[in-house]
Amino acid sequence: MNDHWLARPTTVRLLWGAFIAALALTVAAEFVVEHEAQFTLERVFGFSAWYGLLACAALILFSKGLGAFFKRPDDYYGEQDGDA
Amino acid sequence: MLSAVLHPGLLVIAGGLALAACSGRLRAVIALGAPLAAAALVVAAPDGVLWSGSYLGFEIVPYSVDRLSRLFALIFAVMAFGGALFALKQPSRLELPAALVYAGSAIGATLAGDVVTLFVFWELMAVGSTLVIWSAATPSAYRASMRYMAIHLLGGVVLLAGIAGHVSGTGSAAFVRFALDTPAHWLILAGFLVNAGTPPLSAWLPDAYPEASWSGMVFLSAFTTKTAVYVLLRGFPGAELLIWIGLFMVFYGIIYALLENDMRRILAYSIVNQVGFMVTGVGIGTEAALNGAAAHAFTHILYKALLIMSAGSVLYATGRRKCSDLGGLFRTMPFTTICGAVGALSISSFPLTSGFVSKSLTIQAAGDQQLLAVWLLLGAASAGVFLHAGIKYPWFVFFQKDSGLRPPDPPLSMRLGMALFAVLSIGLGVFYEPLYALLPFAVDYVPYTGWHVVSQLQLLMFSGLAFFAMLPLLRRTLTITLDTDWTYRRLAPALVDGLAAALEMAGAALARAAHALSGGIVGFVERHHGIEGVLARTWTTGGMALWVALMLAAYLLVYYL
Repeated sequence: MNDHWLARPTTVRLLWGAFIAALALTVAAEFVVEHEAQFTLERVFGFSAWYGLLACAALILFSKGLGAFFKRPDDYYGEQDGDA
Repeated sequence: MLSAVLHPGLLVIAGGLALAACSGRLRAVIALGAPLAAAALVVAAPDGVLWSGSYLGFEIVPYSVDRLSRLFALIFAVMAFGGALFALKQPSRLELPAALVYAGSAIGATLAGDVVTLFVFWELMAVGSTLVIWSAATPSAYRASMRYMAIHLLGGVVLLAGIAGHVSGTGSAAFVRFALDTPAHWLILAGFLVNAGTPPLSAWLPDAYPEASWSGMVFLSAFTTKTAVYVLLRGFPGAELLIWIGLFMVFYGIIYALLENDMRRILAYSIVNQVGFMVTGVGIGTEAALNGAAAHAFTHILYKALLIMSAGSVLYATGRRKCSDLGGLFRTMPFTTICGAVGALSISSFPLTSGFVSKSLTIQAAGDQQLLAVWLLLGAASAGVFLHAGIKYPWFVFFQKDSGLRPPDPPLSMRLGMALFAVLSIGLGVFYEPLYALLPFAVDYVPYTGWHVVSQLQLLMFSGLAFFAMLPLLRRTLTITLDTDWTYRRLAPALVDGLAAALEMAGAALARAAHALSGGIVGFVERHHGIEGVLARTWTTGGMALWVALMLAAYLLVYYL
């Protein structure tokens, strides 16, 4: 396979490694910066990290649930002219 | 004084009208020159009332400038310039003139010092934007433009009713801050909110905008909704209801964008989401929050236009809009991919982008007021923005699977338009002081502290983790998700059809009953007066004599009684 270097499995593995390292780094950085929390809740360790993770998981699950009721085939209105 | 004779909005409108007759180099000169000249006029205009007159006995102020209106008029002019640059290759003879009329009306609305002028420009915007959608010249764009116009004319009528009530109640046409105390002021608020894309009348936006051409949607993304934010900032700052309306819009935009397959509809829902942040800021109403809403509108126009330009370039190059048909375009469209990524990072408020220095003003203001619930919801929404616009859009369009498509980057004028807005999005994120200096109130906020940067990075990086961990749940399907436009595209026609069928049935039943009744009458008459009827057949003389004798007897009897 002579694919683009960015799409090669070795690169993708490398990117995942870098991503996980970056995740760890952002949490670790909390030890060195000066706290400016506006709420006591914010002082919980890694608040933004786990709050972001949970918020996104909740949003994805909620949208899945909503989709179960309101999703329709994309020619539902019978006037989608393909990709025009 | 130049501002005594030249109005920036009217200048751009005149440029648009002139453009209709031009082609070639002259077209490019006018399309780029008129917005640039308007931007220069706006910057040079002094504060205060510049034009005034009287109309129907009311004082009207077609041209007045303060810090808030200058900020919005300036970004509208910059947007018109960048949009025109991107659209130079657009073959439609209608779109660019219509877009400049639309942009000029938006500038005019922000410079209006009275509600009559505001209303005139407001309606002109509806006409200009409808023509921009229309000029895509597809049947679906035509139908969408008609639905779009119907909603905006409705919004215009509601606004006009409110304005009429306000003017007759107060005797003044000045555009001032309104209290939510009379029905007229509620109507004005409703008219404003229709243009902001507030549910339940929000579906016009994702319904109509994506049907415009590859360049048309760039203009549409900027003016209507942000003019609505401007009038809310001026007319209803601190109206608490707007906090909750704004938060609803924020999450509605995220949820629908997450379910969407059409890349341009993802970005359209994302507009509602972003305007929701601004409306929330208006509702919080402190100086810091109003600054946040204004700054967010300014930066949002740039990075959202950039995102829609990148999507427009993909549409231009491939003719496709659905995520399920796209993917892997980074191989042959590296320039578009990078510009799209800059827009995606900016809308997600990554540090060093314009979104970071603007949206955080609003969230900080919610914290300053100790509004914990609002602060938490805005935080979750920031994570959700990264989810739907920051990763989902670029991932499914430019990366994801290899769709096999190998389109080239778009022509030079389109690349220049994207480059301009990409540079501005990064530039304002790094050198934010000029933006802060333009805001309506003095800014007491330092965006780049270690704490702000670290907590924002945590929020965004872990949102990214959630996206990739839950990717199977986000697999694209060939679906749309029903929105409130279902009520007027399916429910209302079904009700009308149902009503017609019911009326037809009732009519048929009525006809049957009438037929039966008339048949009965005819039978009765025939029985009595027909050929063999009791009253028509030949009677014997004896019978006649008997009847006469009986009647005489009855008469005598009655007479003696």
